[in-house]
Amino acid sequence: MEYFLQQLINGLTLGSIYGLIAIGYTMVYGIIGMINFAHGDIFMVGSFIALATFLALVAIGISALPLILFITLLVAMLFTSAWGWTVERLAYRPLRGSFRLAPLITAIGMSIVLQNFVQITQGARVKPLPPQIQGGVTLIEGVTENGTIAVQLSYMQMIIIATTLALMIGFSLLISKTSLGRSQRACEQDQKMAALLGVNVDRTISLTFVMGAALAAVAGFMFLLLYGVIDFYIGFLAGVKAFTAAVLGGIGSLPGAMLGGLLIGLIEVFWSGYFSVEYKDVAAFSILVIVLIFMPSGLLGKPEVEKV
Amino acid sequence: MTAAQNTARMAESVKDAAIAAFLVAVLGFFFFALRTDIGTGGLDLTYRWGLWLIAIAITFGVRLALNLFVFKAAKPITSGIKITVPSGVTSVVGRFLGPVLLIVALCLPFILMALFPNRDRQFIDLAILIMTYVMLGWGLNIVVGLAGLLDLGYVAFYAVGAYSFALLAQYFEIGFWTALPLAGLLAAFWGIILGYPVLRLRGDYLAIVTLAFGEIIRVVLLNWYEFTGGPDGISGIPKPSFFGLEFSRTGGFADFFGLDYDTIHRFIYLYYIILVLALITNFVTLRLRKLPIGRAWEALREDEIACRSLGINTTNTKLTAFSIGAMFAGFAGSFFATRQGFISPESFTFLESAIILAIVVLGGLGSQVGVVIASVVMIGGIEILRNLGFLKEIFGPDFEPTQYRMLIFGLAMVLIMVWKPRGIISSRNPSAVYKERKKISSDMVAQGEGH
Repeated sequence: MEYFLQQLINGLTLGSIYGLIAIGYTMVYGIIGMINFAHGDIFMVGSFIALATFLALVAIGISALPLILFITLLVAMLFTSAWGWTVERLAYRPLRGSFRLAPLITAIGMSIVLQNFVQITQGARVKPLPPQIQGGVTLIEGVTENGTIAVQLSYMQMIIIATTLALMIGFSLLISKTSLGRSQRACEQDQKMAALLGVNVDRTISLTFVMGAALAAVAGFMFLLLYGVIDFYIGFLAGVKAFTAAVLGGIGSLPGAMLGGLLIGLIEVFWSGYFSVEYKDVAAFSILVIVLIFMPSGLLGKPEVEKV
Repeated sequence: MTAAQNTARMAESVKDAAIAAFLVAVLGFFFFALRTDIGTGGLDLTYRWGLWLIAIAITFGVRLALNLFVFKAAKPITSGIKITVPSGVTSVVGRFLGPVLLIVALCLPFILMALFPNRDRQFIDLAILIMTYVMLGWGLNIVVGLAGLLDLGYVAFYAVGAYSFALLAQYFEIGFWTALPLAGLLAAFWGIILGYPVLRLRGDYLAIVTLAFGEIIRVVLLNWYEFTGGPDGISGIPKPSFFGLEFSRTGGFADFFGLDYDTIHRFIYLYYIILVLALITNFVTLRLRKLPIGRAWEALREDEIACRSLGINTTNTKLTAFSIGAMFAGFAGSFFATRQGFISPESFTFLESAIILAIVVLGGLGSQVGVVIASVVMIGGIEILRNLGFLKEIFGPDFEPTQYRMLIFGLAMVLIMVWKPRGIISSRNPSAVYKERKKISSDMVAQGEGH
């Protein structure tokens, strides 16, 4: 039971990170209907920016850890947003209104470009960062025949889950209450009509990419703090998992992305905990296939209406 | 043009270039100016302000030059080099391009041997590689280009083919020619197994599930150590024989035909095997397009609902497209295994699927010649970038040109797609015609539900 609870906490933490990345996929998909394959690499870029900022802040002599973490988060979000905006401007906007496979190919191209750019400028070796936030609280202590087993909730996990929750709430409010959210929803339903009614469609789409990139930067920073190791290739697997999460939850739906992220995180952690670590990816993908066979538009997705 | 206009144009160009330079400054700050490296006791941060400033300056200069002479110029210098080809020439080129390419392909090893007597082995090897991608591209073209199903995990079937042959050779000592049809059949079988659950899915759901299948197969190959050798792969895969004659130093092909022994014979032989396999793929595709099943694929791509209303069994149509495409990937895979003599899961990553899909889309979906051109440009291009050793003389010994290979590859993918979103070949031959046979623009062809 204690083991189960511990795995549950670990799974929720990992799932939060996947969920944050998945929101970027699902928003872009909702608004322009394309798979932004470079999004996983934007996440990777975000974690590299966070690492460099963190080291630079330590180097100039700021010693208060909460301050460093806060500034790093802001800087990473800001600069990663610039990357997200640029990728959209260079690779997707020229193809707006073109057929749908073209932006998919430029997205794969951008993904290759980002990976290799980071590899060239920052080197191919992994970057280890020692754990910065230590300690935690013991929730339950149980006794088994092998000794005591404790359910730990580390401060790191608390921060990740709390930040994700806060961002999710803020984000839902942004989409439902602000004028930006309104224009996003309008563009999602009908771009031409939205443009006729005075919504700046290009600007709205750019801002969608910027928001997705900012969330990916948060996820990248969390990933860096949680695992302490990053390299130029982390974007691919995290991106595929997050995209799987978005599809599992029903692509285009924000709560779906979060739910899918949590599910993928839980499946991975439980599978590694109870069965085998090697096949955790197979488990996540198999669940995806099984869910899609029975619910072809994901868990919370709206079924597409076919019109003739 | 007045002086005022000129000044305005100049000011606008400078402003635009400054914005671009500022963007590079922002984007590159954490990548050019700062660098993290593993040092003693953790990560060290090094500063490279020079590199950062050079990158900004280059961006400003290039952008300004482009603005002044191309983008915002009253008379862009590119207008002078605009090539206008009379329509008669294009149709003649279009008609003879295929046959000419075929003749060149048939004579290629001997042309290469005559032209580059010292590096012929390397060039024939490159030709074999390009031809493998041509074959994979043609195979994927059946699924994506004809049936309109977006498959992001095509490399899975390539892997199935390669591992089928390698494992059959390892456990049952079966030779290449016996294993080839078996590998194709196994890949087709897997195509049906993987195709079945995805039949109900549409669009991007289909894309992600095929991607997931590709990854599942790779992860299983990687972790099933007892059977597949895991990350160590399988080595010692037998080479193909020529009607029972080995390409060995004594008593083989060279002795039988009274030739001097030369390792190049095997390369030429491999080249012709893959050429014949690729031509079979092309021939089968072209013939299938004239059969009801091929017509059904294209109908499915154009409009699935209309297709169903007319009584076409969409399930069978999709499954045949999946399995026939998979079968050709299986053939190509077992050829890859015999050519390399060693395979490991490393060769079957998502990047490989992405490259094959890029070849199909960049060439022009559904165009057979387009696949050939795109393979030569992309794969040949990557290999040329491997041989840029002379740049070391310009940029100093620390400069490693090969690491820019994939960066340039990715940029080329983006640029070609932005320049020609429908692919390099922009016309298609319709399968069914009403009155006269003529080429149509690729814009008239639908992309299917997968897109």
